Amino acid sequence: MHTLHNLVSGPLVWLAFIIFIGGSIYKLVTMAKEAKKKDPLVYEYWDGNYAFRSILHWLTPFGSVNWRKNPVLTLVTFAFHISVILVPIFLLAHVLLWKESFDISWWYLPEAAADWMTLIVIFACIFFAGRRMIRKDVKYLTSSSDYWILAMVAAPFITGYWAHHHWPMYRLMYILHILSGEIMLAAIPFTRLSHMLYFVFTRGYIGSEFGAVRHARDW
Amino acid sequence: MSEPASKIESQKEIKQIKDMGLDQGVARLTPEKIEKVVNEVLENETGARLKAYVESCVHCGLCSDACHYYVSRKDPIFSPAAKVKQTLWEILEKKGKVSPEFIRRAAEVAYTECNLCRRCAMYCPFGIDVAYMMLTMRRICHKLGVTPQYIQDTAHSHSATMNQMWVKEDEWVDTLFWQEEEAQEEIPGLRIPVEKEGADIMYSVIGPEPKFRAQLIYQAAVILNAAGADWTMPATPGWDNSDMAMYTGDNEMMARLKKEHFETATRLKVKRIVMGECGHAFRSVYDMGNRALGWKMPPVPVVHALEYYYELFRAGRIKVAKKFEKPVTLHDPCNVIRGRGLHEMTRYVVNKTCENFIEMTPNREHNYCCCAGGGVINCGPPFRDKRVVSNSVKADQISATTKKGVEVVIAPCHNCHGGLEDIIHHFGLGVELKFLGDIIYEVMEKPE
Repeated sequence: MHTLHNLVSGPLVWLAFIIFIGGSIYKLVTMAKEAKKKDPLVYEYWDGNYAFRSILHWLTPFGSVNWRKNPVLTLVTFAFHISVILVPIFLLAHVLLWKESFDISWWYLPEAAADWMTLIVIFACIFFAGRRMIRKDVKYLTSSSDYWILAMVAAPFITGYWAHHHWPMYRLMYILHILSGEIMLAAIPFTRLSHMLYFVFTRGYIGSEFGAVRHARDW
Repeated sequence: MSEPASKIESQKEIKQIKDMGLDQGVARLTPEKIEKVVNEVLENETGARLKAYVESCVHCGLCSDACHYYVSRKDPIFSPAAKVKQTLWEILEKKGKVSPEFIRRAAEVAYTECNLCRRCAMYCPFGIDVAYMMLTMRRICHKLGVTPQYIQDTAHSHSATMNQMWVKEDEWVDTLFWQEEEAQEEIPGLRIPVEKEGADIMYSVIGPEPKFRAQLIYQAAVILNAAGADWTMPATPGWDNSDMAMYTGDNEMMARLKKEHFETATRLKVKRIVMGECGHAFRSVYDMGNRALGWKMPPVPVVHALEYYYELFRAGRIKVAKKFEKPVTLHDPCNVIRGRGLHEMTRYVVNKTCENFIEMTPNREHNYCCCAGGGVINCGPPFRDKRVVSNSVKADQISATTKKGVEVVIAPCHNCHGGLEDIIHHFGLGVELKFLGDIIYEVMEKPE
């Protein structure tokens, strides 16, 4: 157990961050190069103001017609995305690890807030999975990989919550927490989680086309 | 969990509509040919954009409610993302190793179950452009020789005559003279100036105008004449601004057509092109055809009829004798509203010309498509019933306005006109359908 712990909390952390950061840079750079060669119109029509206008509307809860048409999903998806990004960065335990390892630190979330936000992520994943099973149109679009991705995102939060509350086998859960977190991080550039990387570009491009060429709104 | 698209198709027992173009095209295919053509298109004509769209789509289904097919039929196969699943997802996943039967279904999806209206791009959080992906699928089908017969016939006409309707050169000029003569009976001295070099405006129309709706040329002449415009129409090929090649996937022909159109305007030394009330033609001249030729924006400024009317009313160049009395509603055509943002200008003109204007809901950029655009109506009678029953939401939308007293629907686009005509008839909505030009012609002060 001890060796395993050393492995996941040592070399694998480095590996996960290298794959995540390196992979993200690689994906973005190759995409940008390929776009330059094969889709030059993306550069030609890109318009910073309209791209920003569109991105802003879609990053604002209820800022687009479709967000307003789906209030429950909108609440869940915003709560989920905010939590899934903030908790890993601003959790006290994580901040302390950065402090210990590199002597750098930053603001951290109050413990109760982090607890709630973790639960939000877990229940949002259950909500998304349920939606995939219940809604006919979403079910048709769903493949097994969609459930694996949800499981991959939920895993570090479930195991983290478990370990933090010292439930049975929490030591094992702690190891699994680190491992699943590493897997998720490394998977971002290479799975549909890459929507995190591409969002500003796909949204910004259509926002530019709608705004600068078509003089219409796209939200 | 997930089921392959092909399996769900057979479960649903989608009735395969017979179409000579699709059926005979597919009969000529071999898996090797499919793989070769698919990979050629993907390799040479697509890139980062397609990849980013496919990799970013989280299969959330938020696009479903954007699509009039889905909203009308509630069948998951009509969700925009589902249309990509039945076409490019599978093709990309299998690297082009798909069967002729798969291509048959994919062609039907791309040509007849999507109007390329781009409403879903406004409902997808990532702004994924499904219309672009359906056009990519059509491109593959075009290169495979699997295109619906009727629309392919119009594309053939484009390549043989440079117009959509097999109109011969003398027939075209004859039609202009004929409409001029007709109009002169009402307004003596009215001219349709043909080949007037150096005029301010080249007025261009779509092939079906001289073929089926010649009175629209008459009406436009009356409006342009009353406004005192310095205008002309070409006597040569290049007069037709329409473009079904853009919708079959024949991008080379699309470029040739637009080249002819722009060169005709340049030859006539006009300052700009004003075009009639057509949506797809505007898309071709303003958005897709110019790009195919390498022009970021059209080399000759292009003004759609709706914008031109606005200009005329704003400047007081057209006077209204008596406003149109029957209550009207307005159908916002995708290609000039989502495609050019002319919604407020159109409303300005409607309010100037009509006593009682009642909005349909949703409206402006969010209006539902007519289900005829994107070349779907041009796929002809075999697919007519499907497109009409697949747009019951449009019938509901119009019917809600008739409850408020609406008697006339203004549809300022040829394809919308055709589509709505069928919907109004099929669902027994009992409303009249008009172009905005019809209304202007009816209410304007005409010179003696």
